[in-house]
Amino acid sequence: MRLTATHVGTWRAMFLVIHRELRLSFRRPEQLLQPLVFFLIVTTLFPLGLSLQLSLLRDMAPGVLWVAALLASLLSLDSLFKSDADDGTLEQLALSGQSLTVIVIAKTFAHWLVSGAALVLVSPVVATALGIPVEAFATMLLSLALGTMTLSWLGAIGAGLTVGLRRGNVLLSLIVLPLAIPLLIFGAGATDRAISGISAAGALYFLASLCVFTCTLAPFAATAALRIALD
Amino acid sequence: MWTWFYRLASPPYVYRVAATLAPWFLTAAALAIGYGVIGGLVFAPPDYQQGDAFRIIYVHAPSGWMSMFAYTTMSIAGAIGLIWRIKMGHAVAAATAPIGASFTLLALVTGSLWGRPMWGTYWAWDPRLTSELILLFLYVGVMSLRPAFEDPGRGDRAAALLSIVGVVNVPIIHYSVVWWNSLHQGATVAKLGKPSMPGSMLWPLLSMFLGFTCFYGAVLCLRLRGEVLNRERQANWVREAVKS
Repeated sequence: MRLTATHVGTWRAMFLVIHRELRLSFRRPEQLLQPLVFFLIVTTLFPLGLSLQLSLLRDMAPGVLWVAALLASLLSLDSLFKSDADDGTLEQLALSGQSLTVIVIAKTFAHWLVSGAALVLVSPVVATALGIPVEAFATMLLSLALGTMTLSWLGAIGAGLTVGLRRGNVLLSLIVLPLAIPLLIFGAGATDRAISGISAAGALYFLASLCVFTCTLAPFAATAALRIALD
Repeated sequence: MWTWFYRLASPPYVYRVAATLAPWFLTAAALAIGYGVIGGLVFAPPDYQQGDAFRIIYVHAPSGWMSMFAYTTMSIAGAIGLIWRIKMGHAVAAATAPIGASFTLLALVTGSLWGRPMWGTYWAWDPRLTSELILLFLYVGVMSLRPAFEDPGRGDRAAALLSIVGVVNVPIIHYSVVWWNSLHQGATVAKLGKPSMPGSMLWPLLSMFLGFTCFYGAVLCLRLRGEVLNRERQANWVREAVKS
């Protein structure tokens, strides 16, 4: 078989990587579902462990929801570059002639689609169980979407740094969680305000700006981290 | 013009310079901290609101400053190591991390000891306190990332990158009292215009800032010597230096 080099544009390359990632994730649906089930279980633990009073539960609901969402997203972060690094795909991608940053962006975005966006879709179920009123759903969904996306960008740095390590999972959480604290504060804050019926615009703008900030700079940091691992 | 910079990349040179500098830093630190302690704890008048409890500021504020200064130093040293591939940059970063983490812990502990009589609580989830706590976690992250790699060079570069990413937190700590309504008091000394403090309180405090910085310099020099010896343990010059 003769291999011919064809020129692939940046957008096309991005699309191809996203397509590949999505196809790989749907081939292994259990990996897709596990973080979601984890999210559901953790949020069930809180009402059972604390109290079954719905009024009390409602006060804690934003925090519980957000902490569970952060932990669930962290679970799936480990696999962001790991399997590709293990079987050498990552090296091939790095040598492909495409900018590694573009590939990192595509991979991270695809990862968000199957982890973060899926979490956002499940969150109304959890929110109902925690007694969050339907009027607050729009704010909650938007804040979770922005928050999980920012976490994916931050997580890409952490995953890139720990990709060469055999037991990098705990270290990954140790690195990413401190950086994710602002997300928790403003995300839970936005949801909390929406539950009380106050405008949550300030916190949402802040989350959106964090998302823009991380998605402009984090891919470069993650690329640098991967280059260290690939060296 | 750049020769001094290049010479700093040479381990034996750094090892010697650190040995020369350490006693100077140590003397300066002893003098400045000595004056600061006596001036601050004995001669400065009690605060009109806080009484004698304010005196913890003579330890608290300089440690807070050092926590950020050491972090910035660590990031810059790491960046130098990362960009120019100067191994001594990583050595400085590695030597700095535990010192900075200790200063951060000291700032948090002294702050919460002060908070008990003044705010009525050891801890409040206030922006300044939270961001300082994040700084401590960042130090811990950097310190645990470095030894996690089997290849020390890779660990150095990973830790440097993480510390550069975390440097966004430093301006957040500094401006947290301005940007958010904070329980923590605003800037007292490090601001444009006249400090909100009389001279008898201010001079000992400034002296403590200087003293803490010199103390950091001294400890850094000593730790750096150990770090260099450990990193260059295969080199001939280390064998000779240790023998003599």
